[in-house]
Amino acid sequence: MLNAGLTVLGLSRFQFAMTTVFHFFFVPFSIGLAFVVAVMETIYVVKKDDTYKKMAQFWGKIFLYSFAVGVVTGIIQEFQFGMNWSEYSRFMGDIFGAPLAIEALAAFFLESTFIGLWMFTWERFKPWVHALFIWLVMIGSSLSAVWILAANSFMQNPVGFAINKSTGRVVMTSFSAVVTNPQLWLELPHVLMGAGITASFVVAGCAAWRLLKKDHVDFYRKSLNVALVIGLIASLGSIASGDFQTRYLIHQQPMKFAAMEGLYKNSTDKGNWAVFSSFNTKQHKTTSSLEVPYVLNILSYHKLSGTVKGQNAINKEMHATYDKKFGQNMNYYVPTKTLFWSFRLMAVSGGLFALVAIVGLFFNRKKSEQIMKQRWFLYIMGLMLWLPFLANTAGWFITEFGRYPWVVYGLLTIADAVSPTSTVGGLIFTNIVYFLLFAGLGLVMIVLSHRTLKGGPDAVQMNGYSSEDDTGKVEDPYGTEAFNHD
Amino acid sequence: MTSAQILWFLLIGVLFSGFFFLEGFDFGIGMAVRFFGRNAAERDTIIQTIGPHWDGNEVWLITAGGAMFASFPMWYASLFSGYYIVLFLILVALIFRGVSFEFRANMKTETWRHFWEWASSIGSFCAAFLFGMMFTSMIEGVPMDAKGNIFGSFTTYVNWFSLVGGVAVSLMCLIHGLNFLQLKTSGTLRDRAQSWNKILYPVLIVGEVLFVVLLYISTDFFAKKPVATWSILIVLVLLTLIAWWGVLKAHNWTAFISSGLSLISIVVLIFNGLFPRVMIATNSAHSILIKDASSSPYTLHIMTIVAFSILPIVLVYFIWSYWVFYKRLKSPKAA
Repeated sequence: MLNAGLTVLGLSRFQFAMTTVFHFFFVPFSIGLAFVVAVMETIYVVKKDDTYKKMAQFWGKIFLYSFAVGVVTGIIQEFQFGMNWSEYSRFMGDIFGAPLAIEALAAFFLESTFIGLWMFTWERFKPWVHALFIWLVMIGSSLSAVWILAANSFMQNPVGFAINKSTGRVVMTSFSAVVTNPQLWLELPHVLMGAGITASFVVAGCAAWRLLKKDHVDFYRKSLNVALVIGLIASLGSIASGDFQTRYLIHQQPMKFAAMEGLYKNSTDKGNWAVFSSFNTKQHKTTSSLEVPYVLNILSYHKLSGTVKGQNAINKEMHATYDKKFGQNMNYYVPTKTLFWSFRLMAVSGGLFALVAIVGLFFNRKKSEQIMKQRWFLYIMGLMLWLPFLANTAGWFITEFGRYPWVVYGLLTIADAVSPTSTVGGLIFTNIVYFLLFAGLGLVMIVLSHRTLKGGPDAVQMNGYSSEDDTGKVEDPYGTEAFNHD
Repeated sequence: MTSAQILWFLLIGVLFSGFFFLEGFDFGIGMAVRFFGRNAAERDTIIQTIGPHWDGNEVWLITAGGAMFASFPMWYASLFSGYYIVLFLILVALIFRGVSFEFRANMKTETWRHFWEWASSIGSFCAAFLFGMMFTSMIEGVPMDAKGNIFGSFTTYVNWFSLVGGVAVSLMCLIHGLNFLQLKTSGTLRDRAQSWNKILYPVLIVGEVLFVVLLYISTDFFAKKPVATWSILIVLVLLTLIAWWGVLKAHNWTAFISSGLSLISIVVLIFNGLFPRVMIATNSAHSILIKDASSSPYTLHIMTIVAFSILPIVLVYFIWSYWVFYKRLKSPKAA
């Protein structure tokens, strides 16, 4: 059903999935951590408490690892549209390239320039100026999310375009429509909140492991507090924005929604919501499920009555709409199991994050030692640091698998988008190399972060840029001295 | 061809010029890490010269790629899919060198530090070499169908001309990097960089002559635009000579600017030769022309507004960030 297997299409899809998932481990982590570090450094500027400066430097160190891996894997993303999906690039160039170029111009320059400044100028600028640098990095990385999601949103919900009759390609007719795409402004908050969750629960998790060892208690408890406040806001925001997205989806991409809820048949007015289900995807049937009444309607419409269309009915509608252009052999069913379970994983995680943040903040109250006594809770937080990555991936699985069989919804199928020049042999080779490379990078990333944690806040040294000033001997590269060197 | 299309063709050229000028020296520095630096302290200093900058420099490539996608999707699609394996290897090289600086600094054992130093040197060399190879083989003309799909064989990408092109570009980057090093360091490192470049410049001159001969044989540049092509080549050689003189006289600033401009003149040479095409096919009927490759006038219009409102701001803080770090680095203690 998914054109899996060793075909150019299957391998290209695998490559896109692998590179994007790996890249997206680091993107939300970096965006979120930039924010967390910026908050820490701002507290330092306001309170003049050196612990917070140390905090910004310590967690900033881990941010730098993540940022480096995020940058280098990000170039793959931009290049592979042309490399693996040249037909897509030709079809979509008029619309898709613009946000990508703007992302580079408006966002990447900003974050990369100021991260360089932030890294190397700890003692050179006034504290508030230095804090400003990390805020600019954070703004830059959030802007990049805006533009890449603008591009993705067009693929989900094409707006502001026309089809050129002679070439068959998409032509942009309204840039403002592309930028104000409702899909974008529903996706963006959810992604940014996800980023906040990722960073704060990684920080909280790492702090929890150190607190279990009673290491730098004051430092890690303060870190925990900052992380959990951000984590609480982000998880509540994530649940709320997710709810908006879901209710939009029912109308915009009903097939995706039906699969998320595991519905093949239309739901009844009772609104039975499946907690668990098993499916026979070949026969398009739900074989068994554990259901709770009314929940589906509450989730979908915020009321008790109503029905939701199942995949079978939507499939018929899609055939009626698209058969004239795409033929009768299209399969409009999306990978139900993937969507169903991804949605549950994501939703449960969201609730869990909020809950753990509340309990954690309670235990970590200023004058209470409770957090140190509730070791079970620290273990849970420690283990939970992996969960945001799974939840983020699950979210993208829903978004991207749920668009099947389209690469651009209703306009271009995935099968028509792939590069005609790609070969199975080439793709097997590149997939293997990417896989090994990512495994290696991931491993180094974990080892380094672990080492930084073990070394503790006192061992962290920020990169200095030691110029001749320090020895008292200054040589100006623009001065005459520099030109008369023998 | 509309003026917007020509403007964007030029802008893509400007972005690639920025990329080769800036990433050119940090490729060179990256190459130098392992075999130019003699001990850990020296290598620290070498890497520190580009520490705050390499990431921003690489954004020029990302911007060039994005701008090419936005303004000439047909060019982007043909080039990127047609050079699949070459670009894949470039990506691998960029990944290794990109993470090497941060990772090396945090390694505990000497073996692992050496590993990331090699990653920096080999990665930087391969990236520069492969970019050179890609652009030289591109201007030779590649086998393309009417839709712009490139079905090349091994020799499409790897042949005498593209190999010389690759070596020339990586050598230019190394020299440019060493010129940057002379600008940013003092003492032993600066002296050594100078003495290396004293030897490397004659080699480069030989390489450039070889490149011109093969350019004459392999491309239609001289047949189509003799005056412009010769002029650019003369400028290239003059810049090389000025840079060489700058190295000999220890005029670091002159040498650095000239070696950067000579990299830019290669970009100008390529874009001048391409015009009015963006891709040259062996069967000239299939060559992709600027007028057919671009986005719609509307998209180009939007992108022009965006570029001219954002780029000036970017340039201000980008240049300012170089100004912040303009001083020479302290000499490594162990040297």
